[in-house]
Amino acid sequence: MSVIEKETRIHTDQDYILQANNIKKYFPIKGGILKHTIGHVKAVDDVSLSVLRGETLGIVGESGSGKSTLGRVLLRLMDPTAGQIVFEDQDITKMKYRKLRPIRRDMQIVFQDPFASLNPKMSVSELIEEPLIVQTSLTKAERKEKTVSLLEKVGLRSEDRFKYPHEFSGGQRQRISIARALTLNPKFVICDEPVSALDVSIQAQVLNLMADLQDEFNLTYLFIAHDLSVVKHISDRVAVMYLGRIAEIAPKKNLYDTPLHPYTQALLSAVPSTDILHKKEKIILKGDLPSPSDPPSGCAFRTRCPMVHDKCSEVRPELTEVGSGHLVACHLYTNK
Amino acid sequence: MSGMKLLEVSGLKTYFYLDNKAVAKAVDGVDFYIRPGETVALVGESGSGKSITSLSIMKLINKPGKIQDGQIYFGGKDLVELTDKQMTNVRGKDIGMIFQEPMTALNPVFTIGNQIIETLIRHKKMTKNEAKLRAIELLKVVGFPRAEETMKEYPHQLSGGMRQRAMIAIAISCDPKLLIADEPTTALDVTIQAQILDLMDEMKKKFNMAVLLITHDLGVVAEYADRIMVMYGGQIVEETTIEKLFLTPKHPYTIGLLESLPSLEKEVDRLGAIKGTVPPAHRFPVGCRFSDRCPKVMSKCRDANPSIIETDPEESHRVRCYLYE
Repeated sequence: MSVIEKETRIHTDQDYILQANNIKKYFPIKGGILKHTIGHVKAVDDVSLSVLRGETLGIVGESGSGKSTLGRVLLRLMDPTAGQIVFEDQDITKMKYRKLRPIRRDMQIVFQDPFASLNPKMSVSELIEEPLIVQTSLTKAERKEKTVSLLEKVGLRSEDRFKYPHEFSGGQRQRISIARALTLNPKFVICDEPVSALDVSIQAQVLNLMADLQDEFNLTYLFIAHDLSVVKHISDRVAVMYLGRIAEIAPKKNLYDTPLHPYTQALLSAVPSTDILHKKEKIILKGDLPSPSDPPSGCAFRTRCPMVHDKCSEVRPELTEVGSGHLVACHLYTNK
Repeated sequence: MSGMKLLEVSGLKTYFYLDNKAVAKAVDGVDFYIRPGETVALVGESGSGKSITSLSIMKLINKPGKIQDGQIYFGGKDLVELTDKQMTNVRGKDIGMIFQEPMTALNPVFTIGNQIIETLIRHKKMTKNEAKLRAIELLKVVGFPRAEETMKEYPHQLSGGMRQRAMIAIAISCDPKLLIADEPTTALDVTIQAQILDLMDEMKKKFNMAVLLITHDLGVVAEYADRIMVMYGGQIVEETTIEKLFLTPKHPYTIGLLESLPSLEKEVDRLGAIKGTVPPAHRFPVGCRFSDRCPKVMSKCRDANPSIIETDPEESHRVRCYLYE
């Protein structure tokens, strides 16, 4: 699918593969002698987003922003505290395990650390065939054929299927994770920091591979990462998360060319640039991310915001559309 | 090459003797120098030998590793010749070091205050009270607003960025002439990274320190270093000023690295990935160590490893590649 074809499809019909409405995920904090719940870590706090079929939606945020938790909740690897998840027109929020299982074929995840996500005691062919055994009725020969073809698709050799994960480098292991995620021809793949453990030259190989596979298998990606340059490279639209909430979401070009939220602006300015001829002005934020168990009142970013004013501590800004597909949660833009 | 040299490393070889009789040549003939007050970056991917180079300077190489050959001149002395005991007077005093993961570098059972005081008493021969006052002062310098209270806190009570600030306070406590920073911001978020790099720059100017910055992040290098050395396969393959490296890179590996980097400034359809992976240090290819991955490989590249040569009339651009001989 060419870029133009993809864009027209995105803009002509609003064909959502996944919709999340007001998702919350709170983790209880237990304390005291009787281990009562004394508070909550609000990892994801009222997030709504929709993923268009065929697009790559990037989610960026610093550690503790809730981006990984959101990814896990969307796949029902964790149950949300509140909210609704609709995948391909089916509400999967409360769906029972047995009913969810066939739907799970269509949604997969690739994790950050390929050293932790692949069972070291299983050979590559066992790793890739496992989903086929659980979910399909393919014969042994058919499974082997599928394994070989997937390995070749991700740039490994068919002999590699007899090896074990420790025999591969980090980049090759991530290729195995990707092959494993693709065994059941999923429609939707969540990529949770898939390249952040890799060196840049290998990172580029894996990013190119992911783009190729997206075209070949018509995949929709939710790409979670902290690296703003990587997210810019791979995404069509980007959401910026801060302390469990979406601060800004927009088509890639709008977000990177005209960031509106003061947090997005600071984040982009802080990325060190190799462009030595055009030095940019840095916005250096004070302090650290506040604790998600005790977020600031009103706007979560107000304790570090260079543009803070009175209203920010009183009223929580809602995500509001300020331009075509460009939504921002900041009083600077909603007052007018 | 002009001006005084603070540190001069020549012909450094650090080898690791593996169980199966193989020898991993982690650092294999590295030459460079650092002038006072200068920030020099050592860049490479994992396995390139950049961290082993810095640990060799501090003589923190343990068995089965060994500094096989070479000299490390610092302040007129060859550090390679010093005994372990003599070396303890250099470490932490003349050369400070900060590491990637401050949680493992700080001692979890001592307070931040104790860890700074310990260094000051050991190297500066201060009394406990003098050291305490100086420690509070140092914590204020690196940006702890409540320095007195922070003195009594333990590493786990601080955030990642704050721990790295505490590490910097310890590293600069004895006014070192050289600070070795090994991936100082890799574990940090980008807004916190900006704070720490800003702080390091400020400290460098304030105390006139030279910095050896070890990193894999070319963006960090472009913004904070004066000169850069690119390492591959245990050797320096290109060394020059920041301007020359980013505007006219010469070694095919450097060019490949720059093209594989996604950037905020330019939009590309595909990244220019370098094929293959970094070879392990006990199985380098014969000839040029980058030859198996090089898009411009020639037949002589596979026969012998090129030496690093000066390619610039201003004598500030060294490259290890037959294309420039």
